[in-house]
Amino acid sequence: MKIAIPVDEKSMGTNVCVSFGRTPYFLIYDTESKESSFINNSAASSSGGAGIKAAQTIVDSKADVLLTPRCGENAAAVIKAAGIKIYKTTGVFVNDNIDAFIAGKLPVLEEIHAGLHDHGGR
Amino acid sequence: MRQLLILSGKGGTGKTTIAGAFIKLSFAEAFADCDVDAPNLHLITEQDVLPKKTDYYGLPKAEIDKALCTGCDLCRQNCRFNAISVYSDEEGTKKAGHCDAMCSGKVYKVDRFSCEGCGVCEYVCPVGAISMKPAVAGELMLYKNSERVFSTAQLKMGSGNSGLLVTEVKKQMKEAAGQNITKLTIIDGSPGIGCPVIASLSGADMVLIVAEPSLSGISDMERIIKTANQFQTKIAVCVNKYDTNTNNTEKIEAFCKEQKLPFIGRIPFDSEAVKAINDARTIVDIDCTSGRAVKEVYKETVKLLFDKGEGKEPVENSINIREQRGQSKP
Amino acid sequence: MRIAVLSGKGGTGKTLVSVNLTAAAQEAVYIDCDAEEPNGYLFFKPADIIEEPVTVMIPQVNNNLCIGCRKCVELCRFNALAYIMDRLLIFKEICHSCGGCVLVCPENALTESERAIGKIQRGISDSVEVSTGILNTGEASGVPIIKRLISMGSCEKNDPVHVDRPVFIDCPPGSACSVMESIKDADYCILVAEPTLFGAHNLNMVYELVKLFGKKYGVVLNKCLNGENPSEKLCIEKNIKILTHIPFDNELGILNSNGEIAVKKSEKYRDIFICLLEKVTKEVQNEGGVGA
Repeated sequence: MKIAIPVDEKSMGTNVCVSFGRTPYFLIYDTESKESSFINNSAASSSGGAGIKAAQTIVDSKADVLLTPRCGENAAAVIKAAGIKIYKTTGVFVNDNIDAFIAGKLPVLEEIHAGLHDHGGR
Repeated sequence: MRQLLILSGKGGTGKTTIAGAFIKLSFAEAFADCDVDAPNLHLITEQDVLPKKTDYYGLPKAEIDKALCTGCDLCRQNCRFNAISVYSDEEGTKKAGHCDAMCSGKVYKVDRFSCEGCGVCEYVCPVGAISMKPAVAGELMLYKNSERVFSTAQLKMGSGNSGLLVTEVKKQMKEAAGQNITKLTIIDGSPGIGCPVIASLSGADMVLIVAEPSLSGISDMERIIKTANQFQTKIAVCVNKYDTNTNNTEKIEAFCKEQKLPFIGRIPFDSEAVKAINDARTIVDIDCTSGRAVKEVYKETVKLLFDKGEGKEPVENSINIREQRGQSKP
Repeated sequence: MRIAVLSGKGGTGKTLVSVNLTAAAQEAVYIDCDAEEPNGYLFFKPADIIEEPVTVMIPQVNNNLCIGCRKCVELCRFNALAYIMDRLLIFKEICHSCGGCVLVCPENALTESERAIGKIQRGISDSVEVSTGILNTGEASGVPIIKRLISMGSCEKNDPVHVDRPVFIDCPPGSACSVMESIKDADYCILVAEPTLFGAHNLNMVYELVKLFGKKYGVVLNKCLNGENPSEKLCIEKNIKILTHIPFDNELGILNSNGEIAVKKSEKYRDIFICLLEKVTKEVQNEGGVGA
């Protein structure tokens, strides 16, 4: 199974990035082969709709699961449309979160916040 | 680490004045001015270092290469933002009327203020005369010394997309603060309810809304509360210049009670405050009624912000400790 | 005569000045371009309101025609499109209505339809026509609303009955694109400044803006107190014409905070604003150069 996580740097010891849409990189970790790769998040420099573009990147990377501290509603819509589940990270370190997820300890991300470019307020 | 965002909805309510005071009172190690349209916080927070400046690039702007342009007019016809005009002289000073055929001597120009960077003109141009060029839309500034980090920016006149610049300001602050565990970061937000405000809400643990007791102020306060509610952060309200209209102040208090929003204080109008600001100081740098009142609002804010007893020492206590250690600022 | 009232900073008194100037002129038009936080209508309390939605064009996809080539996703610079599990997702609030995706689709699978982002309310208050732009909460930009407001106001020029009515435009704060749209066809810009360091700093910004647009301009110094006035200093330094000083005044503050139009309730303010109106009218008719 492939896990995607927004990260601050291209190294396994790095922190989980607080933002999903504007994270500089994504870590893609394969739980079976135990291989990890990093992809650049081209959405980081977008003026708007960064979450959507970042989500498209995740979907195209064929990840099965996303671990993130937060997620906007537009990004969530894209991720969910692809059938990818979103879990909420806890604490700061990537390795801890991967371990926690594998151990089944991470909760599903419930609070989807309004999109940062604008939101569905009607 | 907790992040406090100060918003108001309406401009001129006193966000920056109060933010400046809070920063002084908390010895905040990291703070930012997210009002990138009209930043003011730097005027009252003493900086002893020069800022590191970085260009901020917004959406690219279209540029037409006169040498390649055949005057087919497709770009102008397809631009939804009326950003392309045709001029009847080489200098591009006299606007021509509708240009319907390949006409030489006419100059096509892009108005950089109206151009939204969509790239449609680049796409439709049959001869590749149009390219999207990076455009500087503002400037980021970072003030950093051994004790604290202050991040701010100025959006260039007429630029849009200030939401991204706000995000960059916060990112710059976070990166500069680095591994230092800061207890409290304070963000001076921007007025309105649009993009920049929404961008500043991301990551905030609590929003303090500074309301003004006027009909306009109340109307704007309601709109900003509606916007902030979407983010499920703690919200608290205080009234500034409350004695300019005590009836309206009471209306605001009643509204907060009804909405179950904590109403955490009132600050009086104070001409001494104006004097302090004009001397480039905060209202807690001098002894004045608004300064005393803002201290009380600050205490309540900190209480609410660090609520849930996670064992973290409230910033208020750390002020006392610093004073004991002889680290209080003059 | 079209007069735009702006300030680099919020809360300086744009609405106070534009509302009261309009009321002083009596037969006039007031346009509120601060669509994020409109306030003028609170003072005029217009009646007989006619509402019109402001819409933008948003793409919609015919999934039967879409072949998943993703050319639209790649073209969209605003990231309003995503292609997931053989379906095109369209994010309406992000879309800037540039029409690019429709142009680029090789299968004609994309068409456009209208979506409301806000509205304009037009009403009457005594002999004043009040137009208010209101942006729906959550929408990113009020610019389409301002464009519509300004173009509606331009009809005055062709309207034989109303061609002489002055138009006062209450602009959004700051100097961003929404402000630029608001002042585009103004004959004169009144810059309102407050006597603080913040006020002077922001007055400078908006002064640069009106200069850039080649507009005639003058400053109203509001909330003047005794003591130093940094904004006044700036005007003197840069040779900017000061139209009038409005002193800080509790009475005015109370009237204003209660949504009352000062010129209607106070002789003193009636005189101040009639005087200001005359000055501005003279400046507009004066064929002299821009600025001071």
